[in-house]
Amino acid sequence: MTASATSAVRIQEADFDVATELETLQAGRADVGALASFTGCVRGGAGEGDLTALTLEHYPGMTERAIEAMVAEARQRFDVLDARVIHRVGRLEPGARIVLVAVASAHRRDAFQACEFLMDYLKTHAPFWKKETTPAGERWVDARVADDEALARWGIASANATGGEAAVPVEPSVAASDNARHPDSTTIADDASLATLSRANPP
Amino acid sequence: MKLHLKFFASLREALGPGETMEWTSAEAPTAGALRQWLRDRSEAHAQALAPGRAVRVAVDQTMAGDATPLHDGAEVAFFPPVTGG
Repeated sequence: MTASATSAVRIQEADFDVATELETLQAGRADVGALASFTGCVRGGAGEGDLTALTLEHYPGMTERAIEAMVAEARQRFDVLDARVIHRVGRLEPGARIVLVAVASAHRRDAFQACEFLMDYLKTHAPFWKKETTPAGERWVDARVADDEALARWGIASANATGGEAAVPVEPSVAASDNARHPDSTTIADDASLATLSRANPP
Repeated sequence: MKLHLKFFASLREALGPGETMEWTSAEAPTAGALRQWLRDRSEAHAQALAPGRAVRVAVDQTMAGDATPLHDGAEVAFFPPVTGG
């Protein structure tokens, strides 16, 4: 973690501009080699029961604290120079952006992984709740076991969807910012990166 | 002890947003003991907080469990499994 490192978590009703947020992460610094981001959108259309809107509720205060803690954990595990998490609340229609996770890092692998880690963590531990509106009425969205399983890949037991107590880390964080994992030589490291994708660890 | 009780999502719809309340526990004051005690308040509470229902609890805005101790002035929130992202 560098002295200039900052993180920003925003919960808002308003839309956000992905390009602006990415530019902000990189602005004024030359140590960023990789910017990765994930944008989640309201999915409507075929097979989704004619969704007309999603309404998102959150726990003001706790939501921000929880995500700040997730960003801190991501910094422990990965080489994160800066990060943004923006999550919208209120009524959102199909096609609307819901969430942005963006990470600036020296190297792509840490940027990709930190983004995915933050999304897996957020989906199972940040206090948001989605309600679907369809022509048939409204219903609260059920939590998915698959989301708990996604977090478990990072060594964090999760039982959000299935009951039980809140998750506890089952192994200590791996050392952050290990440059040995990112030798500047290209070919061998890149082959090794690709090889990991074909192992049990899914992308 | 004084507690700041909060409900969210489907629990908020069933039980209201919560309140600041006085609670005297017959046993060690924990989040689980409070959930059990709240069930006796009304039929709606009994259903929403029933043992088989997936209910999460946070104490002082941190994810907690049934065994988490409560202190005077604690903020205790009950809510269903989270579904953000």
